[in-house]
Amino acid sequence: MEISLAEVDHVAELARLGLTALEREQFRAQLSTILGYVNQLAELDTSHVPPSAQIIQVENVTRPDVVRPGLTVEQVLANAPVREDDYFRVPPVFEE
Amino acid sequence: MNLAEMTAHEAADRLARREISALELTDAVLNQIDRRESTIRAYVTVLPERARQQAREIDRRRLAGESLPPLAGIPTAVKDNISTQGIRTTCASHMLERYVPQYDATVVKRLRAAGTVVLGKSNLDEFAMGSSTEFSAFYPTANPWDPSLVPGGSSGGSAAAVAANEATMALGSDTGGSIRLPASFCGLVGLKPTYGRVSRYGLVAFGSSLDQIGPLTRDVTDAALVLSAIAGHDPHDSTSLAWPVPDYRQALIPDVKGLRIGVPSEYFVEGMDPAVAEAVRQGINQLAALGATVEETSLPNTKYALAAYYVVAPAEASSNLARYDGVKYTIQVDGHDVMEMMDRTREAGFGPEVKRRIIVGTYTLSAGYYDAYYVRAQKVRTLIKRDFDRAFEKFDVLAVPTAPTVAFPLGARIEDPVAMYLTDVCTVTVNAAGLPGLVVPCGLVRGLPVGLQLLGAAGSEETLLRTGFAFEQSGDWRNRRFGE
Repeated sequence: MEISLAEVDHVAELARLGLTALEREQFRAQLSTILGYVNQLAELDTSHVPPSAQIIQVENVTRPDVVRPGLTVEQVLANAPVREDDYFRVPPVFEE
Repeated sequence: MNLAEMTAHEAADRLARREISALELTDAVLNQIDRRESTIRAYVTVLPERARQQAREIDRRRLAGESLPPLAGIPTAVKDNISTQGIRTTCASHMLERYVPQYDATVVKRLRAAGTVVLGKSNLDEFAMGSSTEFSAFYPTANPWDPSLVPGGSSGGSAAAVAANEATMALGSDTGGSIRLPASFCGLVGLKPTYGRVSRYGLVAFGSSLDQIGPLTRDVTDAALVLSAIAGHDPHDSTSLAWPVPDYRQALIPDVKGLRIGVPSEYFVEGMDPAVAEAVRQGINQLAALGATVEETSLPNTKYALAAYYVVAPAEASSNLARYDGVKYTIQVDGHDVMEMMDRTREAGFGPEVKRRIIVGTYTLSAGYYDAYYVRAQKVRTLIKRDFDRAFEKFDVLAVPTAPTVAFPLGARIEDPVAMYLTDVCTVTVNAAGLPGLVVPCGLVRGLPVGLQLLGAAGSEETLLRTGFAFEQSGDWRNRRFGE
């Protein structure tokens, strides 16, 4: 099963994952190999099999809807790479 | 006997009788870390001062006459994808190299409540993705039996630490075999509990429908002690089970008479090392000699488990790792807009195997491919689960190999993703079905350890531990340690 560089680029864009030129080529070849391997699943007739939605039956897990202590603002921002006041700072989402 | 070589329960008995102090024990293990760590590199972070402090506190409480839980004072390694408050938790990734959690994982909280001494954070394949610990962004961990070999993965640091006497016990996580494979390669006991048996709160998520936390120990008794300490419902993890937690040590009865053991032929895969297969067969014969009834059986969909796993696990990983977007977790690489910042941060922060799985997972979840890959894999998962359900109507335990080979040389599979994935062919099945699996050492092949894997129905940990214990007590492998 052959995957094109354009497909790798499309998937990388969906994943917001920058790739080097070398990685693009490597992943093109390796994605082809890996999908080739997993394609053996097509040998099985699964038309009447339901997909697994959960593996151990646990039903309707709820908890009382009460206020509990959470992290402080300082704790929440403790690992922020770039911080401004009490906010996480990122580059502009839209150009002015 | 060197204190650092003791099992947790041997050390616990001596601590309780005050023949040794927790500080002496911790110092003995820290000395061993000093001696061996430059070769083994089991740890990402070692915390000698904190560990000594905890040990002193345990000694103080014991001297004050307090009755302490069995794991009090036992030096422990915690896999570095399990959150520790105030101690960096890197997942062996540049993405989280400086990340310091603001809370403890529930398992860590429970170990602390049990008085366990946390020595440090052990190395792993980046975000637990790998089978050799070579995908750590920092350095590979070496196998203590032969440092030119891998320890297995992804909990390779945890396994190597225990095998090299750099920890008395360790926690690992197992998404497709990441506790059991390194246990097999390093001659240890490794337990992946039933899905939901142990809380995952604070475990950095990889494959959320597959992940479980469990122990790596020197014997089955220690595995039972650790499971008793960490198992149980947790309101912070809605997938954790409300089932009562027994004292698993009570299950350690060396008797398997009448136990029904099935041996599914599919696990003896094509290309398996015949000597490994022979060692596993001998282990199974040993169980038969102890009075278990052993019968060959078939779980026909087993051969599709690895392919289903390598669709489901990367798909879940690609979703779980979306949170590392340059906003919240310590690294942000600048860009002219937020999209470029995310692209660049993720390019710089993730290593090759993580990127590969994000690409595979995003592909199989993308429009037009979702049904053909993800839904189909989840259907195959249903078939695998049905195979197990049928088998456990007839058998109490399935006995199988853990891996097709013994530990392989560093570098041997790192360039070939499918060859690396095939390492997991005997372990992914129970993750797919949510079932428990216990690995116990069953012999040596060319001087390297082989693990016998025991699989059971959901919640059958007591049966697995009893079987493993009976097996361990009947052989001489429990006394086999590597020579330095």
